[in-house]
Amino acid sequence: MISIQNLHKTFGKNTVLKSVSLSLTQPGIFAILGPNGSGKTTLIKSILGMVIPDKGKIIFNGTNIYRQWNYRDEIDYLPQIARFPENLTVQEVIEMVKKLRPRPARDLALIQNFGLEPFLSRRLGNLSGGTRQKVNLVLAFMYDSPCLILDEPTSGLDPVAMMKLKQMINQEKEKGKTILITSHIMGFVEEIADEIVFLLEGDICFRGTPEDLRQRYGAEDIESAIAALLLSDSTTPQLCIKY
Amino acid sequence: MYKILTFSFFDLIRSRWLFIYCGFYLVLATGLFLISSAPSKVIISLMNIVLLLVPLIATLFGVMYYYNSREFCELLLAQPVRRTHIFLGQYMGIAISLSLSLVAGLGIPFLFYGLIGSGEMGNYLTLVLAGVFLSFIFSGLAFLVALRFENRIKGFGVAILVWLFFSVIYDGILLITMSVFSDYPLEKFALAASVFNPVDLSRILILMKLDISALMGLTGAIFKNILGSGPGFWAAWVSLVLWMAIPLTGIRRVSLRKDF
Repeated sequence: MISIQNLHKTFGKNTVLKSVSLSLTQPGIFAILGPNGSGKTTLIKSILGMVIPDKGKIIFNGTNIYRQWNYRDEIDYLPQIARFPENLTVQEVIEMVKKLRPRPARDLALIQNFGLEPFLSRRLGNLSGGTRQKVNLVLAFMYDSPCLILDEPTSGLDPVAMMKLKQMINQEKEKGKTILITSHIMGFVEEIADEIVFLLEGDICFRGTPEDLRQRYGAEDIESAIAALLLSDSTTPQLCIKY
Repeated sequence: MYKILTFSFFDLIRSRWLFIYCGFYLVLATGLFLISSAPSKVIISLMNIVLLLVPLIATLFGVMYYYNSREFCELLLAQPVRRTHIFLGQYMGIAISLSLSLVAGLGIPFLFYGLIGSGEMGNYLTLVLAGVFLSFIFSGLAFLVALRFENRIKGFGVAILVWLFFSVIYDGILLITMSVFSDYPLEKFALAASVFNPVDLSRILILMKLDISALMGLTGAIFKNILGSGPGFWAAWVSLVLWMAIPLTGIRRVSLRKDF
């Protein structure tokens, strides 16, 4: 479904992605992990066409996405920071996105699920971070697109909303979707991810199942495995298994 | 693009700043009509204010709107919409709402004083039309500057500098050049130089229409000769249209390359 070939991106003097190649052919949940500044968001934004790569190409469902926009109709995206025009109400933002994408949407069910009814006529600028993230989730899950990209979906969520989110992600997976997730919460990743793609300094350092990662570093959980990976990489780079 | 344009437009016309802007022209034009009996004098007074204020307000609005709607842009960029449509739609939303405020603010007093169909109507329309062109040109230049500079302070600074250049610095340079080379015939140079500044171009068009070019001496006579005649007059308007195309192409180019 998504094939990334030799993707390279620099911002000024800072090289963020160094010829990254990644192919996601099977449906499932792919967790893109890595320390801060490793290029996770840049990679995701490149798939969405928000960041324009210096070199390399991205093929989405058989077409090169360079300067294309139609393909985004098949992607639902949850941005990392829920930022909206401050003067708009929750209802207005949802309506606006629906106008831009005139397809059947399940916004009402999602609003109910996250208990957002009392906030519909409130301005987005006056909402708490968690509530804004819920609005963000409604916008991302509203359409039934075959590909779902979630950038830090858990940030600011309370435990109940977190549980609902996990349920929703699993439901989407059962529909046979390709789901890309970045997260810093390893417990969450361990629970839902089918595969882990680990980015380090703009390069893919590991790709495999959570089980593979644990075994490779002889760790009990992903968190310790990643700690082992990062420590070994900084001292003896050859231990970092190049994907 | 139309959806984004209407969205920006309705977002902006709800802003109280646009109402204040429209109200200012309303009060100004009404006040001037009240204290002066000759409409041509009112038009000259309005011209001086419009030529300074329209570019300034359009510049401020263009920069502010872009920076305030950055988050909104990120939301739109993830949707199946063309990049260029997002930014051109937003720019057109600003330019159209600013122009409408100006047309309403200047037009209502004009209608109120029953000048429709009078000899002054053409002059007044020239003034309003020049104001609309300047709104489009300067909000476009400001939007382009904001799109180009990620840093808000820098963006604001550069946009104000662009306004200052066309409103003050350009004329200053022109005056100095003309006084240094006063021994040479400079009329054609002055004419050509005015084409490169939309503010000067608008001023000359209004003055020509008012038929007071005699006040400008020999240069005025040459201007009148060239710009007052059919082809020259239209060439000046075409230059203003070309000026509108500069920010449009710029916005298109930058928006295709920018990373968000």
